[in-house]
Amino acid sequence: MGLQSKDLLGLKQLTADEIMEILDTAKMMKMVLTSGNKKTSHLQGKSVVTLFYENSTRTRLSFELASKYMGSASANISTSGSSVNKGESLLDTARTIDMMATDIIIMRHSQSGAPHYLAPRVKASIVNAGDGMNEHPTQALLDMFTLYEKYGHLDGLKVAICGDLYHSRVVRSNVIGLTKLGSTVSVAGPRTMVPIGLEKMGCTVCRSVSEAVRDADAVMGLRVQLERQQKSLFPSVAEYARFYSISEDVLKLAKPDAYLLHPGPCNHGVELPTSVYDCPQSVINEQVTNGVAVRMAVLYLLMARRNQE
Amino acid sequence: MKRIEIQNATHFSTNEKITLYIENGVFVDALSEKADEVIDAEGLTVMPGLVDMHCHLREPGFEYREDIKTGTLSAAKGGFSSVCCMPNTKPVCDNAAVVEGILRKAELVGSANVFPIGAASKGLEGKEIAEMGLMKEAGIVAVSDDGKPIATANLLKKVLEYASDFDLPVLNHCEDLTIGEGAMNDGAVATSLGLRGIPAIAEEIMISRDILTAEYLDMPIHICHVSTARGIDLIRQAKKRGVKVTCETCPHYFSLTEDKCVNYDSNFKMNPPLRTEADRKAVIEGLKDGTIDCIVTDHAPHHVDEKDIEFSLANNGIIGFETAFAVGYTYLVKPGYLTLTEMVEKMTINPSKILRLGRGTLDRGVPADLTLVDLKQEFVYTKEEILSKSTNSPYIGESLQGRVKVTITGGKITYDELR
Repeated sequence: MGLQSKDLLGLKQLTADEIMEILDTAKMMKMVLTSGNKKTSHLQGKSVVTLFYENSTRTRLSFELASKYMGSASANISTSGSSVNKGESLLDTARTIDMMATDIIIMRHSQSGAPHYLAPRVKASIVNAGDGMNEHPTQALLDMFTLYEKYGHLDGLKVAICGDLYHSRVVRSNVIGLTKLGSTVSVAGPRTMVPIGLEKMGCTVCRSVSEAVRDADAVMGLRVQLERQQKSLFPSVAEYARFYSISEDVLKLAKPDAYLLHPGPCNHGVELPTSVYDCPQSVINEQVTNGVAVRMAVLYLLMARRNQE
Repeated sequence: MKRIEIQNATHFSTNEKITLYIENGVFVDALSEKADEVIDAEGLTVMPGLVDMHCHLREPGFEYREDIKTGTLSAAKGGFSSVCCMPNTKPVCDNAAVVEGILRKAELVGSANVFPIGAASKGLEGKEIAEMGLMKEAGIVAVSDDGKPIATANLLKKVLEYASDFDLPVLNHCEDLTIGEGAMNDGAVATSLGLRGIPAIAEEIMISRDILTAEYLDMPIHICHVSTARGIDLIRQAKKRGVKVTCETCPHYFSLTEDKCVNYDSNFKMNPPLRTEADRKAVIEGLKDGTIDCIVTDHAPHHVDEKDIEFSLANNGIIGFETAFAVGYTYLVKPGYLTLTEMVEKMTINPSKILRLGRGTLDRGVPADLTLVDLKQEFVYTKEEILSKSTNSPYIGESLQGRVKVTITGGKITYDELR
């Protein structure tokens, strides 16, 4: 068992068995995380660098804490305050990090495929922490882990994902991962934000948020990525909130015990109202904890593979 | 100039063994004296020197990508005797001085006939028509804003009208930029890769505009590098009702599809983008039924620093001179879609007729442009053999059939693999 590739580029590249191994490993890591002593030695003597070309709070911090809890030397580079601002190319920057005996580079980049481009060009393992509109594999893994923990299985679950599907790397990774493990995924959003051929990735594209949410075991809101908006895809925030948000009424269409997820950060009152954000069905805050556990699992499994070589 | 005798060559069309004589740079019936050079072309097929009506030589301004010397060497290696270079240089080829500069440089260091194409609009800015008359006097053979579309219907109408005063063909890169912003073909593959897509309709909307405008004016228009099934059908229907429309495609559009982008390898990134398998088949169908008149390379060298980067940030375009014939032979002639004659016509006489170059035949008295090809030779195209200054080819490592062995242009041997 273990992971086949030196890198974690996306859920496209993982088998169902590999995903399950990550989720099962995350269970153990969550026990470590929630115990009094958060120290393990899995990454002792190893180094992890986060290289973020885009803003991040939870992804970056959870990776950093995950690596620290496991005993690695870790460092952060962001585009401001590094030679990236002097115009250094992605490849030169990554090679520089690589040549400092770095074991794992965790990267976020605005361009789809940037980690795929780097992976064969460096010795370090590349972990994709979000690439453009392509994938955000550890987010999907933590979403799946959250449901796996709640239901004990993913097979047969109906998951609804609603919002800006076009720009969302979260929806792509979730559709790929969830369907690999036997869940069905329904998606909905403004038609201007539904990329052509999305259904070919294995999900059902619905005409409305209500239709997608009906009888779902889990409902996931997606952030409206205002910063990625190149042109107006909906007329106003007010109209978006009226027709596309996961309101209390919409959430009632799901199964009574359905869980509500959101990858964060949330635009309150846009993709969902604060009352829904804070409702008993919401597991949004638990997702954050699970994010650390899942990232610990990913780092552990990648390092285990490196140690075998 | 050398007297050359080529013996035992197989004629590309008649399949007969022929002997060709070249003296004073033209084909002759017999030599006045003993040949200075005798080429034994046993086992080789002779065809007119290939004509590429759409390429980018990058000089002046982008010599770090390619220049006239290396570009025409690369062309000669691919069997081309004549190449028509697009005007998106720096400065833009929108005035007689730049045209003259290109021609003078080609005269000095070129290994192929260089026919410049002038800008349709000043600075390729899509606003005012360029000095087409003065450029024609300096030697351009057509006008185009290639790299960009001729921006508006209003400008297109003026360009067609004004160019007709000088018998200049107008070549248009068809893409509605208001809907065409992206890194690859729009569709399920782009969605899965998280890349913005250029939809087929971006090309088709402008092809429609161009056809209707040409039809309205009853003037000719040539559509560059068609890549979509519906675009080809629009041209097919227009031809049927007598519109003076011609068009071209490139080897990559009948040999590759969008699926090649899955590894974010920018050597598969060009504009128009690689399309679907259905589009690829439609391109072949368009070549078969004559809708598509010409095969061109759109040779577009880019420096490694502009290509070996993040996919969306990489420049559009691939080099194409050195693989065009072999890709055509491998993907069109070998599977039986086109006869060798049909393919060679689309790479010689057809473009020559559209641009009135007077090339593309082996007739007596015309400039001696010819290509000798070993149709049986299979080879793997390697980065090391590339003569272009740039190496942005999607065919590196590909096994191809039909190797150019010798190219002669104006009676001068410009490429020779036999020695």
